[in-house]
Amino acid sequence: MAESHLTRHGRSGPVTYLLRAFAIVYLLLLVAWPVALVVTHTFDDGLESLRAVFSDPDTVHALRLSVLAAAVATVINTVFGVGVSLLLVRTEFPGKRLLSALLDLPLSVSPIVVGLALVLVYGGRTGWFGPTLESWGIQVIFSTPGIILATAFVSLPLVIREVVPTLREIGIEQEQAALSLGASSWQTFWRITLPSVKWAVVYGVVLTLARSLGEFGAVKVVSGNVLGETRTATLAVEEKYLNFNASEAYAIAFLLAGVSVVAIAIISILRSREKKASS
Amino acid sequence: MSIEISDVNKHFGDFVALRDIDLNIPTGQLTALLGPSGGGKTTLLRIIAGLEEADSGSVVIEGQDATHLPVQKRNVGFVFQHYAAFKHLSVARNIAFGLEIRKRPPAEINAKVGELLDLVHLRQFAHRLPSQLSGGQRQRMALARALAIEPTVLLLDEPFGALDAKVRKELRDWLRRLHDEVHVTTVFVTHDQEEALEVADSIVVINEGRIEQIGTPDELYDEPASEFVLSFLGPVTRLADQLIRPHDIEISRYEQASSANGPITRWTRVGFEIRLEVTPVDHPLVQVTVTRAEATALGLHLGDHVWLRPAVGADRVRA
Repeated sequence: MAESHLTRHGRSGPVTYLLRAFAIVYLLLLVAWPVALVVTHTFDDGLESLRAVFSDPDTVHALRLSVLAAAVATVINTVFGVGVSLLLVRTEFPGKRLLSALLDLPLSVSPIVVGLALVLVYGGRTGWFGPTLESWGIQVIFSTPGIILATAFVSLPLVIREVVPTLREIGIEQEQAALSLGASSWQTFWRITLPSVKWAVVYGVVLTLARSLGEFGAVKVVSGNVLGETRTATLAVEEKYLNFNASEAYAIAFLLAGVSVVAIAIISILRSREKKASS
Repeated sequence: MSIEISDVNKHFGDFVALRDIDLNIPTGQLTALLGPSGGGKTTLLRIIAGLEEADSGSVVIEGQDATHLPVQKRNVGFVFQHYAAFKHLSVARNIAFGLEIRKRPPAEINAKVGELLDLVHLRQFAHRLPSQLSGGQRQRMALARALAIEPTVLLLDEPFGALDAKVRKELRDWLRRLHDEVHVTTVFVTHDQEEALEVADSIVVINEGRIEQIGTPDELYDEPASEFVLSFLGPVTRLADQLIRPHDIEISRYEQASSANGPITRWTRVGFEIRLEVTPVDHPLVQVTVTRAEATALGLHLGDHVWLRPAVGADRVRA
């Protein structure tokens, strides 16, 4: 929608072509070529490396664990994200700007720091809260809950960043109209607010899922990287690569990159559809 | 009395939006809250609706104390300036919303929605989305949506403010006819005096958080209670020591008993009417409006020396 106002039409001089060429070469060298190489290396021996990946139970476990952690983290961050977005846009409270700044922290802090911080709090022996949880029989660090926590932490703001501007844009009049027609706050949320921000939530979910699947640093610290137990797909890539099993490393990397590419494709299809629907 | 407002006050921070408002709005009438922007009329309407809560005072709707009743329980139809259409729902689903919330049987909802679609002339657009409608159509949809719940009172906040002049006039006539058909107690906010004079049964003039005057359009126009009401309801000029409407001045090229005299110093033709400025020697400048036919009959020209006096029966306020 807004893009068409920002595009300058006509007058493509030599500078324009130069800029275009620069952008294309830059993207090619930095993104397209390296990713393409991962794909070609995956299929060096035909489908052999992919078959090796899927016949190794430990690798399959790693892929499953990654998908599970990403899915649970995405659900958590979606529910939390929509709730916090409503809080940020629709209410006034002291400390709102602080909260808003805090929500961006996960994007600016290195995932390694996130991992270490989580160990400090939830670590089984020395953590601030870990021993208490352990006495209740809940192990967080070096276990699946820790992996989910770390994944949720790093992808926390993605839904919020999509939903907040959309909530601002739709304003409160539709919600007030629904209230005046007798709807409760809960009915207004489900029938009016949520459908109005539906696409923003979908983008947020897809981005969160893609980001969660690819998480490496924070997970590496909290998972303990135990083969067949707490090793995720990204950790498996590193492990295989360091053990000179490059072809399987490429194959897992290919699968991870594939999910991201599909996610981006879904987003761009949805965006163009939404544009058609709103025009 | 359908809506009784007593002693209502409302502040936004330091800003006093409403001050000691007492107002009774009779059942079945079309009432306009008229005043300049920022005068408090929209705030008053939102307090009646329950979208805003008064700092003090009470609101009684049809005998029920609604002062602390949430908006959902007041059974008011509210129409917003910018339509507040549910963008993801079709026109029919928009209109059905209040009935669906009330869990009416589907057959009843369908019948009612059909009836309302006919009433607002949107039958053929029933399955379109609001984005596929014009502004005027959207506002008619919003009106049907508000009427669907059979509200005790219908409240409209500058309902035609976002529309262009022609559609605005059409919709205004249509609202008047609609009200004659459905007779629901209606209150609408406007800053357009012509709209209020043309549509309303009674007008409440609100300025700076206070009620200036309440009356029928004729009462307000003929007997303005204050200089503010006089000047807000139409153009005003000063003739010697009196405030008067420019079209209530008798103008002559021949010497006569007059309040002021001087040359015509400005001549602006706007369609059928001619707006003149006369600059007397010993008085402030006077604006006079005549029709083109009158100007021709009187033989007026720019620069002519003319004598001015109030026409017989003109409304005047001593300045």
